[in-house]
Amino acid sequence: MFQIRIHGRGGQGVVSGAEMLSVAAFLEGRHAQAFPSFGSERMGAPVMAFCRIDDKEIRLREPVLEPDALIIQDQTLLHQVDLFNGLPARGYILLNSTKSLDELGLGGFVRGVQQYQVCTLPATELALKHVGRPVPNAALLGGFAAVTGVITLASVLAAIRQKFPPSVAEKNVAAATEAFELAVKTKDTVDA
Amino acid sequence: MLKQTEGSRAVAEAVALCRPQVICAYPITPQTHIVEGLGEMVKAGELVNCEFINVESEFAAMSVAIGASAAGARTYTATSSQGLLFMAEAVYNAAGLGLPIVMTIGNRAIGAPINIWNDHSDSMSMRDAGWIQLYAETNQEALDLHIQAFRLAEELSCPVMVCMDGFILTHAYERVDVPTQDQVDAFLPPYEPRQVLDPADPVSIGALVGPEAFTEVRYLAHHKQLRALGLIPQLAAAFNKEFGRNSGGLIRCYRTEDAETIVVALGSLNGTVQEVVDEMRARGVLIGSVSICSFRPFPLAASREALKHAKRVIVLEKCLAVGLGGIVSDGVRKSLSGIVLNGYTVIAGLGGRAITRASLTRLFEDAGRDELEEVTFLDLNADLVSHELERESKSRRTGPTAEAILRQIGTVASGIG
Repeated sequence: MFQIRIHGRGGQGVVSGAEMLSVAAFLEGRHAQAFPSFGSERMGAPVMAFCRIDDKEIRLREPVLEPDALIIQDQTLLHQVDLFNGLPARGYILLNSTKSLDELGLGGFVRGVQQYQVCTLPATELALKHVGRPVPNAALLGGFAAVTGVITLASVLAAIRQKFPPSVAEKNVAAATEAFELAVKTKDTVDA
Repeated sequence: MLKQTEGSRAVAEAVALCRPQVICAYPITPQTHIVEGLGEMVKAGELVNCEFINVESEFAAMSVAIGASAAGARTYTATSSQGLLFMAEAVYNAAGLGLPIVMTIGNRAIGAPINIWNDHSDSMSMRDAGWIQLYAETNQEALDLHIQAFRLAEELSCPVMVCMDGFILTHAYERVDVPTQDQVDAFLPPYEPRQVLDPADPVSIGALVGPEAFTEVRYLAHHKQLRALGLIPQLAAAFNKEFGRNSGGLIRCYRTEDAETIVVALGSLNGTVQEVVDEMRARGVLIGSVSICSFRPFPLAASREALKHAKRVIVLEKCLAVGLGGIVSDGVRKSLSGIVLNGYTVIAGLGGRAITRASLTRLFEDAGRDELEEVTFLDLNADLVSHELERESKSRRTGPTAEAILRQIGTVASGIG
């Protein structure tokens, strides 16, 4: 089973992101479960959503406590929420930020004993460019496909097209595709 | 057709396939997505011959449902939490009049303190209103139970509540198999009311009944539920034949054959319990679990049969009977009358507190050593409770309890559980 925890703020499409991820996995014939952890249901409040992907039926209903991957939609949460709780060594972190890890003060932490596999993506900027709104979820899902390989970009794009009406979907598809390409390049650099 | 969709959407589609003629609803979290979905289907013309009535309150929702059902319409509504309490008088009336309304409960806690998250306090408060109560383990089962519920309700002329855990199921995206209209039509015949308000053939419904006959009318309501004990498994079997899935029934046993310890629970919690059962079985612990689907009528005989060989029974309850302990435990213990074993009531998951594998494993291990209190609160923060009790013992004007507790822990908006 592969478990994902998405952190963000109310209004950033955190819950939709987890739902689309589960649809992408479903389209690949896998079992998937996505569910939210609502806080106080207001714009800007920290929100979490979870997704589990497996090859058999998923019975577990507890929140994702030990994620294989974290998607962080808002870098300001770094100072507010215990984001990395339960993330095992070599766990994936996908962070929405235009800053480098060192600029965020995370370089030492990430390269330390846990050796997290980190990818930072300017997902908000990609969303503004393609969608016209600061909703980074679709772009980050494109990045997720590139970094983890758990699902394909094609499945992510198909899930986006299921979630949104055509005009909005295509804009999000463009954001996810560019994020995927950026993440692939970053990954090559890291691997090299 | 297999779909990856939200639990609420799956239920809305199932209800639509049952061809309801009147849907009345008032929005309340976490059931809102269900009636929103149905409202959209009616507006878009996907659900035909159905009137969707926006009402001004939950009391009106059930009152309109009573009127519609008495006029011979297949009638549906949904609610949660305070909404169910607000319609309470009409809930009793619907059952007392024998009207086969189907209502979804998106299970949520009851205030005060106000809390939007999941537990079973709402539906448990109406357990003796005369409605049949079915609890869904998964979104597939929630979908399936609605199709069974209309047939069950109409065969018996008795309303049915389908209870599904708020957020945990209502807001979860998972794989569901949505049947075809033909399949549902084959399983669920058109509604043939036993009583109907018809100007051409006038009757009155809702007579004043005095001491000379009230007991007999009430007995017949009980008798109806006892008949449901036979009908529920029959419908589950018929459903399996038509749709190829095990859904519903009175109870479901999981690895109980040689189990010394058996865990009993209602609803979505059973999935996590089964995961823990498998982990402990792999370590050689003789443990199993029982999922109660039909809570009203309570399956006394099935429960006794499933539990009678156990050394201990742990009842996990998402509702607290304040001043007593458990509600489900009462039925379970009654079913075990005359059988000597250790029974434990565990209150868990109140107001949306996460029930984790780690906590359940510790709990079941403690129970296995018979080191549990008769009534236990899973993951109770004893320090927090002691601090508040001590504070209250020191002065008189200590203020509201909930606010004091929140100040003490320092609210963390996104804390898990």
